[in-house]
Amino acid sequence: MADLKEQIIEQLNLQDVKPEDIGDDQALFGDGLGLDSIDALELIVLLQQKYKVKLSNAEDGPRIFRSVRTIAEFIEGSKTPNA
Amino acid sequence: MAQPVFIAGAGVISAIGNTTAQNLLSLERAETGIAAIKYLDTEHRDEFPVGEVKLSNDELAGLSGFNIGISRTAMLSLIAAREALIDAGINNFASLRNGFISANTVGGMDKTEDFFKEFLPDNTKGRLRKVLNHECGAVTNLVADKLGIRHYVSTISTACSSSANAIMYGARLIKNNMLDVVIAGGTDALTRFTLNGFNTLMILDKQPCQPFDANRRGLNLGEAAGYVVLVSEQIALSLKKELYCTLSGYHNANDAYHQTASSPEGTGSLLAMKGALHRAGLQPSDIDYINLHGTGTQNNDSSEGAAINTLFTGHSPKMSSTKAFTGHTLGASGGIEAVFSALAVQRGLIYPNLRFETPMEGLPFTPETRFSKQPGLKHVLSNSFGFGGNCSSLIFSKL
Amino acid sequence: MYIRAASNISPQNAFGNQPLLTELVEYTGDRLTCIEPDYKTLIDPKLIRRMSRIIKMGVASGMDCLQQAGIPVPDAIIIGTAYGCLEDTNTFLSKMVQQNEEALAPTAFIQSTHNTISAQIALLLQCHNYNNTFGNGGASFENALLDAMMLLHEREAVNVLVGGIDEITANSHTILKRMGLYRRQPISNFELLNVPGKGTMAGEGSAFFLLSREVSGSDWAKIDGVSSFYKPRNTAEIQQQINTFLLTQHVDINKIDLLITGNNGDLKNDAIYEHLQMYDFADKPIISYKALCGEYPTSSAFALWLAVNCFKNGSLPSALTGAKIPVKKVLIYNHYQNIHHSLILLSAC
Repeated sequence: MADLKEQIIEQLNLQDVKPEDIGDDQALFGDGLGLDSIDALELIVLLQQKYKVKLSNAEDGPRIFRSVRTIAEFIEGSKTPNA
Repeated sequence: MAQPVFIAGAGVISAIGNTTAQNLLSLERAETGIAAIKYLDTEHRDEFPVGEVKLSNDELAGLSGFNIGISRTAMLSLIAAREALIDAGINNFASLRNGFISANTVGGMDKTEDFFKEFLPDNTKGRLRKVLNHECGAVTNLVADKLGIRHYVSTISTACSSSANAIMYGARLIKNNMLDVVIAGGTDALTRFTLNGFNTLMILDKQPCQPFDANRRGLNLGEAAGYVVLVSEQIALSLKKELYCTLSGYHNANDAYHQTASSPEGTGSLLAMKGALHRAGLQPSDIDYINLHGTGTQNNDSSEGAAINTLFTGHSPKMSSTKAFTGHTLGASGGIEAVFSALAVQRGLIYPNLRFETPMEGLPFTPETRFSKQPGLKHVLSNSFGFGGNCSSLIFSKL
Repeated sequence: MYIRAASNISPQNAFGNQPLLTELVEYTGDRLTCIEPDYKTLIDPKLIRRMSRIIKMGVASGMDCLQQAGIPVPDAIIIGTAYGCLEDTNTFLSKMVQQNEEALAPTAFIQSTHNTISAQIALLLQCHNYNNTFGNGGASFENALLDAMMLLHEREAVNVLVGGIDEITANSHTILKRMGLYRRQPISNFELLNVPGKGTMAGEGSAFFLLSREVSGSDWAKIDGVSSFYKPRNTAEIQQQINTFLLTQHVDINKIDLLITGNNGDLKNDAIYEHLQMYDFADKPIISYKALCGEYPTSSAFALWLAVNCFKNGSLPSALTGAKIPVKKVLIYNHYQNIHHSLILLSAC
């Protein structure tokens, strides 16, 4: 999750925010980190580029991007299980 | 009180026709122009339906008289602007204080994006000719020169409200007695830049769009050019040909909510519509038809719907979005929809909102699903709302 | 119509509370680049993160202008920018080409529309009023000024924020250089106008003004009129346009105390200024402002900033001549590539 936090900071250009500043379960949107709908779209691109995970339904966004932990869980869950 | 402004000519080229008459016929026959991508060279060719003008660049060059290699945006613009000018039939046009106010958002991007393919790997490469007319203003100049207009030439670029603002600016130049006649409107060609750009926002519909429908999935991009010829009262009185209507109201407001999303209550939209009504000296109940901005996105249609609901409480007029025919033509949308609205009020026409099935929740009105003739039509409201919260509304009134 | 305040981010030390051009900044090469303030002290850091350079420049100078004028929310925001948000356009376009239209991020695209600067200012101020952007090459700023003046005349607005802004990016500079716009050999901006040659030096800047219908008692200058004309056929027509403009303003050329002209060091470009200096503008104090800010489509905004500051101080900047000439009437004349020509007439309050 530490890597993920760094990537989020970079993708969203969150200047003056360090990975330690983002709690694992901290709300990212709304009052939490103050992210908005454009940031959600940026995170979708991040997932695609760095983790090869595609989110085709924008409406799933709020649920998946609620916190760093939920994003990490989503990424894990999207990995193809070994047969 | 400032003098009224009249519409003496109109010209449009879009996915549903290369002339005003062809566009009108398609509207009447409910024949959409939304189809699979045919002309634009893009990786997303089979993914998104669009409203392309049904002519290749070579064909547009032939039709416009421009050399091959000139931006598609400019070619579309010249075709429509010239049609409007000829339509107005102003014999002494050249001797009047004339103006060309054209809006666009992409400029010559269709050529620039080709240039960048060679330029990026090696910045000594790429044919400079391709970026010579990249700027929004350069496209306007190309067309102004072909039309022989020199007295006042300007370009406005405010995203999807661009050409509505151009028409407003042109009208005010006449009202302020700076110009006698203005060709005003806008143009935008389909580009990979905009197609990909809108795709990153995930608001493109993979099927033909359904504006104002509860299950709408997004917008279809389109390309077009649409212009009206605005004249002062003095010029209007001297013309033999029947005028279309007056531009009785207009207003420009800003939503100031978010860079791309509209506020849920449609603050900017409401202010724009209210302001236009106020300027026209009209009440909401005086509006007989609204040509909606109606892009088909979740956000725009709810926002615009909410604003209409607030303003027209108890007596909502007939309404429809013609973007189901043409797609969202970005900088051209205000211009082509001004032409459609001027025709609507002149001839008493109501256009259908194609593919409408399910009413949006919370709204007591639904768009028209059939083309109809309404002889008593007196006032038509046309909305254009864009990125950056730029909201503009125009009102066209019967003579 | 009064100019209540002005703010400028430019290649000279212009921004913020500092004496007017006491020391000029020299650039050697083919471009002049803006001296930018620390935006973090001016704009909320949470909002800065998404802003590209030109947006920061526009927002900072726009907000600074409003603050100086003491107007929290203007009745209109009108901007002229020929190139728009070049860096964002460049970023999105480049990624689109490099990644073959796959996995593209939205921010650069959203910020690439011409109206982003005026929209951002409106957003920050929660300003729901009239908002417009002109993307019209070398007349973008003049069109914005005219729009503002019409609004004031129509009594649609009392206070209007007007700006002229354009930026240089690495790619845009390369392209324009290839087109032959700039000097092939490095030159100093201090020498540019003294050593005639082919080409000029690139510039950039963001200048904003608060235009008001109401007199405040602390206004810097009055703007009497603005005129722009397109592709004049010859020198005679240019002279005629200037004469007509002055006539409609009821001003004789003799009454003009100072001329600010757009010579840019390119022989062909400057021919008209040379001609006018010999005849119509003979014996007049002239400041050729592009030595200070470089050449770009909305450079006349810099010229206007310079003019209103001369009025404010009652003299020319010490680094230029320091001459304490009575600055009562100033005429700005500029053209961009002989496509758009413009005239702005100002008087003392």
